[in-house]
Amino acid sequence: MNSRLLRLTNAAVIVGFLALPALVQAQISEYQEKQWLDTPAATSHIGNLTGNAHAATEPYRRYCTVCHGELGDGNGESAYWFDTPLFFKPRDFTTAVFKCRSTPTGTLPTDEDIYDSIGRGLDRSNMPPWNTFSAQMRADLVAWIKHYSPRWQTEKPGEPIVIPPEPEVTAERIKAGQDVFNRVQCWKCHGVEGRGNGPSASTLQDDQGRPILPYNFAEGGRFKCGTSDADLYKIFMTGLDGTPMPSFSDNIKPEEAWDLVFFLRTLQPFHTKAKELAKGLNLKPINPNAPPPSQ
Amino acid sequence: MKTWYKRPFPVLSALVIAAVVFAMVGEKVKAGGEGTITGTVKLNGTAPHMKGIDMSKDPVCSQQHQSKPATMENIMVGANGGIQNVVLYISDGLSAGAASAVPSEEPSFDQKGCMYTPHVMAVDVNQKFKVVTSDQTTHNIHPLPAAGTGNIGWNKSQPPGAPPIETDWKAQEIAIPVKCNIHPWMHGWHVVVKGPYAVTDENGNFTIKNVPAGSYTVTAWQEEYGTQTAKVTVAGGQAAKADFTFKAK
Ligand code: HEC
Ligand code: HEC
Repeated sequence: MNSRLLRLTNAAVIVGFLALPALVQAQISEYQEKQWLDTPAATSHIGNLTGNAHAATEPYRRYCTVCHGELGDGNGESAYWFDTPLFFKPRDFTTAVFKCRSTPTGTLPTDEDIYDSIGRGLDRSNMPPWNTFSAQMRADLVAWIKHYSPRWQTEKPGEPIVIPPEPEVTAERIKAGQDVFNRVQCWKCHGVEGRGNGPSASTLQDDQGRPILPYNFAEGGRFKCGTSDADLYKIFMTGLDGTPMPSFSDNIKPEEAWDLVFFLRTLQPFHTKAKELAKGLNLKPINPNAPPPSQ
Repeated sequence: MKTWYKRPFPVLSALVIAAVVFAMVGEKVKAGGEGTITGTVKLNGTAPHMKGIDMSKDPVCSQQHQSKPATMENIMVGANGGIQNVVLYISDGLSAGAASAVPSEEPSFDQKGCMYTPHVMAVDVNQKFKVVTSDQTTHNIHPLPAAGTGNIGWNKSQPPGAPPIETDWKAQEIAIPVKCNIHPWMHGWHVVVKGPYAVTDENGNFTIKNVPAGSYTVTAWQEEYGTQTAKVTVAGGQAAKADFTFKAK
């Protein structure tokens, strides 16, 4: 062997040696995740459906890996296409932080929450609705998603918030709702007319430090976390974890929360009973420079 | 992925080493009254300029700083060169019992003049603390623990007059950044330690109380300068001394 070849072999051996830990690590993580696949956490219960993670191996690989990644960390092949400001990165399932929850901020969502998100998709992002999948397949995918984070091994989902039955919408309630919007200052981010242009809007960042805009009610896009009145109630009472959108459950009473729902509906460009009633009210946008409301 | 659970070997070996060290040190701790560790944390070099904060986006905030404009608080240096808001804690040598004792005091983390008071709050694992607001503007309080630490982030609003949020942290973490998305300049820290700790005052002085007799490694943490350690031996009921110096960058 001439000395040049020897040096090359040496280099190859060294490179191989250095690469070894990386390889081992990859194996460990796969090994670890495989272990989690066989734990009770890697099942889901939606109504009387039971989801099984193993059954989702193929569908996940086929439909979700491109964005959410083989390891569930949100770094799929196409993820970097979205890695421009104001695009939403695919969710990193290893941290188990979810936007759409019926459970309090800082807790795991329920199986139903994740199931609903998969079927609904997340508007204003690249997460499509997977509503052509069978219910069983979606339940299996929920179970699969739960095998990615150690949190599912040690934590239980939060206790879903209680949503009282929706009262009748009235003009008084809409007006009271505007007072809540004013008092808790949703307008700091969403703007006095809900156009997503509040004084803090331009500086907002998500938990990864990426720019993010508040929802613009006047544009009328679908909410990410469901379109019903109860969904809207849930959105501001649990917050969208991973984003600046906080939970208000400590400071808005259930009755007031319904008032706020009715007021928010008047900001959207849809025909609703709330919007009809608001016409008669002649509500003026709140004045952000008025002295702060006293409690 | 840098998450710990994807690489259990280093974590495991660290745990084993920690356990062995623990057992060895635990042996040496003699019974005796509890002592203290006192000292000063100083800056070697000129104190960096702390930038002023423009709060004009929220008049409720800026009105409270009319006489003296608010500045950043990342490196607060007193007249004598002492650094404020440095957290001192025992990073090695505590017995399991001393490390898991939780103080009964309940510190407050206040939102005041659209700044965090204190800027750095140290607490023990499982020690209850309160997040309060003194401001007539809405804040959202948003701690961001790292993934895999055992601490879970959350994000709650506190409008004017909101009741305190009472909570705790479940795992050691040095340190958890806390921010308010509504007021992007608001930035503070929760430093979660195990066992006795102290935070330096405006002259850089500190006293760690309730330290059982023994030999320890004390770590000083400063948000910009990182950590420094010192070996300290505390005799039963006595005050031990440990001074630290950070070099200005
Ligand atoms: C084209 C890319 C893309 C594909 C394919 C995709 N997702 Fe997503 N997904 C996203 C993005 C982007 C987000 C984050 C959206 C946001 O933060 O608003 C997301 C978020 C999610 C969330 C989190 C919802 C929440 O409450 O935070 C779940 C669950 C999810 N996806 C499941 C799936 C499943 C299951 C599949 C495969 C059937 C899939 N996704 C395929 C892009 C994708
Ligand atoms: C700190 C800034 C901030 C405050 C304060 C805030 N929001 Fe938001 N909100 C956001 C951001 C940012 C989003 C967009 C999140 C996303 O797209 O992932 C959002 C989204 C929303 C959405 C759409 C959710 C969805 O599923 O698409 C609604 C509804 C909403 N906010 C209502 C409110 C209400 C009501 C209040 C006051 C009670 C409020 N917000 C206060 C920042 C804020």
